[in-house]
Amino acid sequence: MPNIFAMLIILVVAALLGYRAISAVPSLLHTPLMSGMNALSGITVVGAVAVFVTAPEGASGWAAAALVLAMINVAGGFWVTERMLRMFKAKSSDITEEEVPWQ
Amino acid sequence: MAVSLVAAVLIVGLFIVGIRLMQSPTSALWGNRLGSTAMLLALIWAFVSTGWADIGLVLVYIGIGTAIGLLLAQSVKMIHMPQTVALLNGFGGAASALVVWAAVIGYAGEDAALVFWGTSGLAVGVGALTFSGSVVAVLKLQGIAFRKPVQFPGYGHIFRATLAAAVIITILNAVMVGSMYGVLVPVLVLLCLLGGFLMTLRIGGADMPIVISLLNSFSGIAAAVAGLAVENFVLVGAGSLVGVAGLVLTRIMCQAMNRSLLAVLTGFTPGAHAQTQGEKEEPEEAAEPKSAALGEADLPGILREAKRVIIVPGYGMAVSHAQDAVRQLTNAFEKNGAEVKFAMHPVAGRMPGHMYVLLAEVGIDYDKLMDLKPINPQFAHADLALIVGACDVVNPAANAAENTPISGMPILNAGEAKNVVVCNLDEKPGYSGVDNTLYHQEHVITVWGDASETVPRLTEMLTSG
Repeated sequence: MPNIFAMLIILVVAALLGYRAISAVPSLLHTPLMSGMNALSGITVVGAVAVFVTAPEGASGWAAAALVLAMINVAGGFWVTERMLRMFKAKSSDITEEEVPWQ
Repeated sequence: MAVSLVAAVLIVGLFIVGIRLMQSPTSALWGNRLGSTAMLLALIWAFVSTGWADIGLVLVYIGIGTAIGLLLAQSVKMIHMPQTVALLNGFGGAASALVVWAAVIGYAGEDAALVFWGTSGLAVGVGALTFSGSVVAVLKLQGIAFRKPVQFPGYGHIFRATLAAAVIITILNAVMVGSMYGVLVPVLVLLCLLGGFLMTLRIGGADMPIVISLLNSFSGIAAAVAGLAVENFVLVGAGSLVGVAGLVLTRIMCQAMNRSLLAVLTGFTPGAHAQTQGEKEEPEEAAEPKSAALGEADLPGILREAKRVIIVPGYGMAVSHAQDAVRQLTNAFEKNGAEVKFAMHPVAGRMPGHMYVLLAEVGIDYDKLMDLKPINPQFAHADLALIVGACDVVNPAANAAENTPISGMPILNAGEAKNVVVCNLDEKPGYSGVDNTLYHQEHVITVWGDASETVPRLTEMLTSG
């Protein structure tokens, strides 16, 4: 029973700290933030591993499906975020641009 | 318990640091990498705490999921990011529902507590709702089905009754401590699948950013509640983070449209007073482009003399694949000695921040991209405001007229610039259905037509002088 209290505390503290951190993300990065959150929602994979190895025969098929889906999120979310963030360049880093004299 | 609590705090803490690094474009890549490292640690911790049981088989399934995920992420184009995120929202919700369902049938015989049955019903329900809602969102965004918002008589009643029935069954399942889970949970899943379907069915066009943010949040809530059900600290903490992130973005999107979440999810009939839309609706095949104003005004002269240029991109730019043309025009302006900035409306695109990614993709520096608040005072000092595929976000009627779908929506004051050039497909109103009064102002030159053809013509005028 003490588990439920510990879990509720984690739920609330994570929500509060997350709220502060997320509110400060500029709209420039909202799409990568969201795809990153897709990856993070794949955290279900840890629950899937636990249920897969402990649950009886009849349940393991469902847990296996969850394992695959959650890993699609983890791998897909992180990689698409990586791809996107690599495209964001500031003026100084854009070496292919010609110098604009008056700048 | 103490060890797993410490591990969970450490892993969730790393996720939060990762999000904090996402606050700046220079550190965001490392934030993402820190997040993926923390995820790897979470996986290893899951293996350790289960004693590496069945590790071979577990790794096979993980390998399959990873391969599919990487393939998807590598092949997706940036214009398709909204449906990609929607799809992953759906997978996240489905995965959480499946984990809890597996736990339910696996542990049903053991004397599970009220908390387990309450949270498991909730997790399965929210997961199922997220899944079906996301599937409809993907179909809409991909243009496969339900492209226009769908509504039918009695819609609201059916939607509310579905949700109410789902809530009652969730409570019933908890109170009966799972003694009838074999019937109740499948019925709950069906109701929630229907609920998610109905919820997304009547959302269209520029309301998509809101529904995608909301489903993103739901996928996190499903994970957090699943964590409560299977008593997994990491799952609770990380799910909570995702849930909050989705809610923050939902709120930002609603504020940018001056609409409440409830107003988006309920009461409006498409057509007569369609919902507020951030930008121009996708072009209709039948629309005949015309360029009446072209040639009457000294467009080449205006382009050449403009030294301060602000470009307002809308979803119409993305639909006509004109991003590259806009970049070339930007380069031509800069070569001509002009300073170019981009005015970014928060709801432009089909998901939060979509327009930024589309411009970054064609190599436009992010320090030229300005948010609504800092850019708005600058229009008055601009020689030229160039609107490409945006309508409602620059419509002065949003401030002037009462009782329109866009009344009170913060707009970009493009009309304050000395000259305004509009490169939209046609003069039809944007998604909101409200006539754009900007088009009729004297200093506004309209160039109707596909932006991927009209924008290069502007570039030609500018360079051939």
